[in-house]
Amino acid sequence: MRFVLKTNYAQDVNLFLHNGQRFWYGLLALAVLLAPLGLDRFYLGEFAYLYIWAIAGVGLMLLVGYTGLVSLGHAAFLAIGAYAHAWLLTQGVPFVLSVPLATAFCAVIGYLVGLPALRMTGIYLAIATLAFERIAAWVIEHWESVTGGHFGMRVPDPTVFGMSLDGPVPFYYLCLGILSLSLFAALNLLRSPTGRAFIAVRDSEVSAESMGINLARTKCTAFALSAAFSGLAGTLFSHRIGYLAPDAFTVQTSIQLLLMVVVGGLGSLQGVVYGAIFLGLLPQAIAIGRDVLPQWIGEIPGLEPGIFGAILVLFLIFEPLGIHGRWVKVRLWFDQFPLYRRATYKRQRSYLRTERVR
Amino acid sequence: MPPVFCLRSRRANTTLEILQLLIIGVSQGCVYGLIALGFVLIYKATEMVNFAQGDMMMLGAFIAFSLIEAFDWLFAFVPVLAGLPGASFAFAFLGTLLVMAAFGVVLERGVLRPMIGEPPFAVLMLTIGLGFVLRAVAGAIWGNQPRALDSPFAGGTFDIGGLIIGYENVAIVVGTALLCGALYLFFRFTRIGVAMQAASQNQLAAFYVGIPVKRVFALVWAISAAIAAAAGILVAPVNLIDPLMGFIGIKAFAAAIVGGFGSLPGAIVGGLLIGIAEPFVALHLPPGLSEVSAFVILLAMLVVRPQGIFPSLQQKKV
Repeated sequence: MRFVLKTNYAQDVNLFLHNGQRFWYGLLALAVLLAPLGLDRFYLGEFAYLYIWAIAGVGLMLLVGYTGLVSLGHAAFLAIGAYAHAWLLTQGVPFVLSVPLATAFCAVIGYLVGLPALRMTGIYLAIATLAFERIAAWVIEHWESVTGGHFGMRVPDPTVFGMSLDGPVPFYYLCLGILSLSLFAALNLLRSPTGRAFIAVRDSEVSAESMGINLARTKCTAFALSAAFSGLAGTLFSHRIGYLAPDAFTVQTSIQLLLMVVVGGLGSLQGVVYGAIFLGLLPQAIAIGRDVLPQWIGEIPGLEPGIFGAILVLFLIFEPLGIHGRWVKVRLWFDQFPLYRRATYKRQRSYLRTERVR
Repeated sequence: MPPVFCLRSRRANTTLEILQLLIIGVSQGCVYGLIALGFVLIYKATEMVNFAQGDMMMLGAFIAFSLIEAFDWLFAFVPVLAGLPGASFAFAFLGTLLVMAAFGVVLERGVLRPMIGEPPFAVLMLTIGLGFVLRAVAGAIWGNQPRALDSPFAGGTFDIGGLIIGYENVAIVVGTALLCGALYLFFRFTRIGVAMQAASQNQLAAFYVGIPVKRVFALVWAISAAIAAAAGILVAPVNLIDPLMGFIGIKAFAAAIVGGFGSLPGAIVGGLLIGIAEPFVALHLPPGLSEVSAFVILLAMLVVRPQGIFPSLQQKKV
């Protein structure tokens, strides 16, 4: 078992705890940077897609995993980011300006959604965000002068300073770069007073408030930041699909995002990446399974969401901390090899209504 | 829902038109109310939010569809029942309620009991996942094409002075009223019904005074699954049955919240409100707005009066 003895404050501020972490994350960075050398176009595209999901997941994780507010409407922010970006591009705004503008626009919308959401918690909030998503989808469908309505709109190719980023390799690096920046930003945010306030609100609203945290402002900030990250993912998503139509963003998309953060592991940024990998790999695995299994199974309509649902149910019952939680447990088991106690991560249950008021 | 009637002259018969829309709205609202009733029952008793309620309705409709076919085949050998119209429907109705009640118990025992005492968010996600699974299962068994239920209520209409009322609309309203009456009597006067109320107010205290809380939970799931099935059978002549019909559960959820989550009459009133709003919005406001009117009402309600029309329980103040 490794024990880090901290001898100065700089060690507290370091992103990496010890050299082991530095080595393994460096190796990972090297691997993803060199991936275009060894992978073909198709897999590069899939990886870029995975990175986009992960960016959106960072946003949702900030809200669900760190602030404890559940949103069933994050597809709307994805859609707003994508449409705002595409519209700005068609108006002649350069790519480097359009991405931050669309992201900021999403942040503003997120803040506004956060305002009425302040009065609600739990399922009320979840259903209100779901209602917001449906209304946003309706607006997108009917605001034809901007969004093209049912016919959708073509997204111009991304160009930065006259250089096209349309090919699979440049787009891969674009997504990778933005994901790295997002993760870095989120990591720093979570170590700042704002991020700590998020976590305090998640653990107990009452005690957070009595410690002097402005509940309303914290929740609205969480919504705005979360929407901003999702909008950022939306701008990249618009280039990935190339043609925006209202049916690209549905309730199902929101639920997939939520599934991603739950399966990955709530309350950890690594969990976002695990969840994105899971979400990216599962359709491929199902496609392979279709070839192997008898034909009638492959032809079941709704098979893919069904398997998603079944996995979600199994995770919630058997491993509510997600893939990251399982990994932490495995690591701890090896760390404390003969002395691991099964009850270390025992879930606390609450049978009283009053216990559930946090 | 699209207006399925024809308006003869919009100017001359405005009262008639309003009545006609009202009837459509009330019958659709009753369906929302019934599904919302299932939500509220489960929430009241177990503090779980069952997002798969709409999909349970879908499953109920499909089971009824298969049972009607099975009874049709069976009754062909029974001379007394062979010519009786609606005999197989009646048997299938009862059969479906029983099958779905059993399904509810199995679901509670297998999937939801391990989640008792977990945070509400986990249960919400779990039931969303469950909804996906149910949809895939229904798709695997019955396929994806829409089916029509062979119901004795389908097609026929009353014509009262130009006012056209479909049998199926009457069936929905009467069915809802009967179910609500039965539920009221059950909760008010039976021993187990009162025990359920106790368990819904405080699980631990109910357990201490000797109420079998686990069995009560199973029973609640059985009842709400049966209500969902009844809603599915009643709505089947109006909407066709397909694996995605459960999505109206989302609107029913809005109805439950508008009515005040945790209040049984509130669920019906909320459902009626949303159901009545829809056809009027469809006729008088821009197209497509009726699809989201439920959510607009919900958001407005949450902003103005978050506790709903009939607030059920006082919020804990700390």
